[in-house]
Amino acid sequence: MNPRITSTDVLIIGGGLAGERCAIEAAAAGHNVLILSLVPPRRSHSCAAQGGMQAALGNCVKAEGDNPDVHYLDTVRGSDWGADQEVARIFADNAPVAVRELAHFGVPWTRVEGGKNSYFIKGERVEIEESIENDGLIMHRDFGGTAKWRACYAGAGTGHSALFAVDAEVVRLGVTVRDRAEAMELIHDGSRCYGAVARCLRTGEHWAILAKATVIATGGYGRVYGQYTTNATINEGMGAALALNTGVVPLGNMEAVQFHPTALSPSGILVTEGCRGDGGYLLDKDGYRFMVDAEPEKQELASRDVVSRHMAQRMRDGFGVETKHGPHLWLDIRHLGDEHLRTKLREVWEICRDFVGLDPAEELVPVRPTQHYSMGGVRVNAEGEAYNMAGLFAVGEASCWDMHGFNRLGGNSLAETIVSGRLVGRRIAQTIGAGGVETETRFANEALAIAEDRAAELLARQGDGRSAYEIRDAMAETMISKVGIFRTGEELALAVDELKALLEDCDRIVLRSKVPGMNPELSFALRIKNMVKLALVTAQGAFARTESRGAHFRTDFPLRDDSKWLNRTLARWPSSATEAQLSYEPVGILDVEPGHRGYGADERIEMDVSIEDYNNSVAAGQTAAGKLPTEGVL
Amino acid sequence: MSETGRQLTFEIFRYNPQDPAAEAHMQTFEIEEVPYMSLFMALNEIRETYDPSLQFDFACRSAICGSCGMMVNGKPSLACRTQTSDLPDHIRLHPLPVFQLVGDLSVDTGVWFREMAEKSEAWIHAKEAFDPDAQEDRMDNELAQQIYDSDRCIECGCCIASCGAANVRPGFAGPAGLNRIARFAMDPRDTRDDDEWFEVISTADGVFGCIGMMACHDVCPKELPLLEVYAYLRRKALASATN
Repeated sequence: MNPRITSTDVLIIGGGLAGERCAIEAAAAGHNVLILSLVPPRRSHSCAAQGGMQAALGNCVKAEGDNPDVHYLDTVRGSDWGADQEVARIFADNAPVAVRELAHFGVPWTRVEGGKNSYFIKGERVEIEESIENDGLIMHRDFGGTAKWRACYAGAGTGHSALFAVDAEVVRLGVTVRDRAEAMELIHDGSRCYGAVARCLRTGEHWAILAKATVIATGGYGRVYGQYTTNATINEGMGAALALNTGVVPLGNMEAVQFHPTALSPSGILVTEGCRGDGGYLLDKDGYRFMVDAEPEKQELASRDVVSRHMAQRMRDGFGVETKHGPHLWLDIRHLGDEHLRTKLREVWEICRDFVGLDPAEELVPVRPTQHYSMGGVRVNAEGEAYNMAGLFAVGEASCWDMHGFNRLGGNSLAETIVSGRLVGRRIAQTIGAGGVETETRFANEALAIAEDRAAELLARQGDGRSAYEIRDAMAETMISKVGIFRTGEELALAVDELKALLEDCDRIVLRSKVPGMNPELSFALRIKNMVKLALVTAQGAFARTESRGAHFRTDFPLRDDSKWLNRTLARWPSSATEAQLSYEPVGILDVEPGHRGYGADERIEMDVSIEDYNNSVAAGQTAAGKLPTEGVL
Repeated sequence: MSETGRQLTFEIFRYNPQDPAAEAHMQTFEIEEVPYMSLFMALNEIRETYDPSLQFDFACRSAICGSCGMMVNGKPSLACRTQTSDLPDHIRLHPLPVFQLVGDLSVDTGVWFREMAEKSEAWIHAKEAFDPDAQEDRMDNELAQQIYDSDRCIECGCCIASCGAANVRPGFAGPAGLNRIARFAMDPRDTRDDDEWFEVISTADGVFGCIGMMACHDVCPKELPLLEVYAYLRRKALASATN
């Protein structure tokens, strides 16, 4: 056997919260687990999550009466009925246990302080007496689109604390981590996955890793929006691209892209929704609190898609603060006071000081909506299994599980990482056999050859050609200007054309640096074609979806259309194709009837079949696909 | 903030261990300063415009992931949050010492911190397995805040690079390592007893390896209360020794 081929039971691609939580479950069951990560796991983008993690523990006064049913309803409404309700149910039911387990792993959750507490709610300072009985239980803060205070938090560093606690378990269990390593190619035979080929980002060498189960946990693809994202530089969607490049595994709902209302302008650095949850305001250039008119009920705490649209509209109407980097609005958290800002929102206070040189207790914070989250990703079933490829799984933001539909609620993604990691890890642990990986070495050798040839071919190209960085910048401008918050058919058609042209340009990239080793220019050039593909899939899906749902808003089709579009986009990219092939599947069995979300627009096109008929056809489709009829969901 | 567009001169350490022909040297680049320019922006501009082989690490670019520690004019700093306007027009960049060099400004902090975590068993030593049916154990919020204060360390390695002891003594836990130990020692969910803590804390690789120069305290980008952390560990060591 080739010495560069190794094997493990479970290969996890991505060392963030979802991947590591999945690894723990498989490792604790006695399996060998190997994690590949672009960066040391504690530097994964999970660490940047700030405000909170949703779980219906119902521990404080403003959370009284909360339970998984209410959380589930909020999640379905938040998704604009685009979610798979069965999965949303599984999620909401499992979130409390997963969050308590993090307490067991050591997360220093903020706790309830019995007695008098002072909060800001809808612009008013309110005194609330927390019960002594609940003193010391996990505390909650308010977030957008929720009926109750539900977000559990550790300062404004929730993701950081969660990731460190979970990684501590990974270390305790002795899980092997290969950091500075990137998965380049899945090893598969067209219907079963046997691991992946990885490239070492220290030396540039390639290895093949055979595995009985392979898990994609690489996070989102926000960097297809270039600098117009809150995401880390490592969120380039390479896990989704691995799946897409098999030719058979579909991505789901790639057009469902979330814009976070409050990223710093112009750097795009995230400022948590917890600022508004704790009572912060959005102001226009005149200091006017426009969200009270726009959403009288939820005000600043409507869902992110709704708030971002109102903000973008406010700026279009000329009420933004004009700068040479474009317009912005203001986040006002001055009234929360210095002590609150330096404790419960400490990371926000630091970001304001370090990146815009201001004190949020004294000054307004310049913010604007910015790409933030990928609801779409590798389409998986409720067990986390990819379609059409046995042995391949996906968890967390890299997946389209699909509990978020067309808009994710704040704090739900952090909770999803540990819930899906836990459940999918358990599923893998239970289903993989005791023997070795049953495959032929030739699949590994073939995948190794493909990856190595691609790198060698890029290095060998000579002459004048495109720069990978120029292509990235052109892609980003297309995505932000034509596949952003407000979309039209005309602009999306242009975006598709532009991205197709860029895809061809990717084959004309010539490197300026031929240095041995990881070669940062080569490393990026190896990714850019995949990024353009993901961008194109996103634009294609957005062009085809002639309705508005959640974060996907078409000014030429402004209504949600439950008669035609109560479905999920599936995108496959056959190996010889120059674009993705789109198909659609129903969102899943409906338990909560489509209706008004409680915020945002109340007009829509109603379903033209009964819920019963819709559900019968979903069940028939699932049965035909070999899945047992859904039980106990309704 | 300079609006006049200063000409910035960057002198950057270059060495690619993967290239047999490479020799360590300083390379000079000149770029024009723009408002709100961070070293994240400047280094990307240098790589994309002048030398695409330049290695450095950034991920979050918002001072939370800890990837981009480097020596900026001799001081360990997080590059993403360092604004050029706070620096003179001549900027020297070196990789952090102590850590294995990956190339140019990139160093291997991941392996160092994993080894430190393994050696000090930096995880909760729980008495019992997790009970999924039980309500969470209670904790006083003040204690939760105290643990969170230490938990905020992002393991960027700036303190390790600044530490006189860590620079000469491999095996020393260093400031970030001691802080991590203290974080678990103060957490009642970790059930290690005084004798077990004594083995971790009270050795030359533990708190008594610290020679008290306290550069760590000056360079920590998260402003961790390291003075208090060491005082806490010394008290803990004393208590363990006298019990």
